[in-house]
Amino acid sequence: MGELRLMKGNEVLAEAAIRCGCDGYFGYPITPQSEVMETLMLRQPWNETGMVVLQAESEVASINMVYGAAGSGKKSMTSSSSPGISLMAEGISYIAGAELPCLIVNVQRGGPGLGTIQPSQADYFQAVKGGGHGDYKLIVLAPASVQEMNDFVDLGFELAFKYRNPAMILTDGALGQMMEKVELADFKPRWTDEEINEKWGDWATTGKPSSRKKNVINSLEMDSDIMEANNRRFQEKYKQMEKEETRYELFQCDDADFIIIAYGSSSRVCQKSVEIARAKGLKVGLLRPITLFPFPNKIIAELARKAKGFLSVEMSAGQMVEDIKLAVYESGRNTRVNHFGRTGGIIPTPSEVVDALEDKFSWELSYGVKRSY
Amino acid sequence: MTEEMIIAGFGGQGVLSMGKILAYSGIMEDKEVTWFPSYGPEMRGGTANVTVIISDTRISSPILHEFDTAIILNQQSMDKFEKSVKPGGTLLYDPNGVLTPPSRNDINIYKVEGTKTAIEMGNPKVFNMIVFGSYLKIRPILSLDNVEKGLQKSLPERYHKLIPLNLEAIKKGQEIVETVQEV
Repeated sequence: MGELRLMKGNEVLAEAAIRCGCDGYFGYPITPQSEVMETLMLRQPWNETGMVVLQAESEVASINMVYGAAGSGKKSMTSSSSPGISLMAEGISYIAGAELPCLIVNVQRGGPGLGTIQPSQADYFQAVKGGGHGDYKLIVLAPASVQEMNDFVDLGFELAFKYRNPAMILTDGALGQMMEKVELADFKPRWTDEEINEKWGDWATTGKPSSRKKNVINSLEMDSDIMEANNRRFQEKYKQMEKEETRYELFQCDDADFIIIAYGSSSRVCQKSVEIARAKGLKVGLLRPITLFPFPNKIIAELARKAKGFLSVEMSAGQMVEDIKLAVYESGRNTRVNHFGRTGGIIPTPSEVVDALEDKFSWELSYGVKRSY
Repeated sequence: MTEEMIIAGFGGQGVLSMGKILAYSGIMEDKEVTWFPSYGPEMRGGTANVTVIISDTRISSPILHEFDTAIILNQQSMDKFEKSVKPGGTLLYDPNGVLTPPSRNDINIYKVEGTKTAIEMGNPKVFNMIVFGSYLKIRPILSLDNVEKGLQKSLPERYHKLIPLNLEAIKKGQEIVETVQEV
């Protein structure tokens, strides 16, 4: 068993980065995730593992530093909160276009604009539908506990390198500021130059030996035919992710009439909502997507066969609900999908979610499933 | 066993650190713990509160609308959280700073003269540990051994010489807590 500690989600992101052999962190402070860089600066990993920690002059600079470091096959990462991620959008699109692995953490706060510093999940579209320009996807992981904040740093890097694609940890101020018991991972050494050459020598710019052609990192292509071929390759990659990397957790769904779908800190709230609803005699379950892209649409389609309704609970005005509706549509069922959300930095309470469920599904609760003839 | 509690008072009273020591003591007792602060522009003099959950099983929501226990250290927090104690739950407060005492008759109410005692002990900073001691007396969910281990874990090493003083304050708090009403 690894070392047990009580830590904030933000602190654990930093500790996990050091322990998983991250080579470089480049960032710019913003509430509610400033503890990530603060912890790194306190820990001074450059003395311990040689990891670089650099406070850049802006978010735009930090994502481009990540881009550069990623190009040389190094494990590089950044973290920010909503407005800062918007500033990084161009760089993220370039990194996806150049097919480079890196880890980006978004500790979301309420928006739009500078918004609030309180937790929110209103950047779902930005995270799973691209965010920057062009047809690209990020691998999006949504931790729901401080332990998962720890675990997903290593997992994020692993998936990013497996697919040569940027990965994002999409979390929020609640998980960033919350302290929980966490079992830390053991230290993994950083890759040596030889290891990087051996693993990623076919694309990383590590200095050209005479034995191979030069590696070029670029997202610009003047020839449309080649660019379309690139896009096809990207899409194939995203399809493979959908096939192999979809992750979710089910909670009391076996006999459930109504299924709440929620991720991250909302899913924690909803786990309690399920307990409250069950105590009232309502058969309610919870599906917690762990990957937001790839989205667990197959299990939703499966659950749509017997469930009377889905309730998407998000700290947003309704974003993930669209993906749930698509999944239900593709299943050929007409199971009703509703949304309940709070915005602007407010986290719903567990009983508020139960009230919303009873309100929105009052027809189904009284008469069963509505059939269309 | 699941204990869902809120500690609320002024910033600077040691509300957040009391929660942290409580949570660390919970880990030492091999429990699951969650510490969720109100964060934001709070600072000394503003209100501060923290939700602490200690449980034998996986913890669900860190956001709660009702609590097993509320530790209330100023009037604003009394106004806000007295009504959030579950019927049959526990409310502990320090009358110093609370002008309107709690009036519910369906909860257990205890009070501790924490501010006064801290001054008598010659160190106002141990205020939160006195209150913590009172809490442990009325809700004995953690052993004092594990609380000591929790203190060691949560305090930076340079403050370890103060652990005996903190333990003394905890014991004092256990002695001086007064029962107002039990249901």
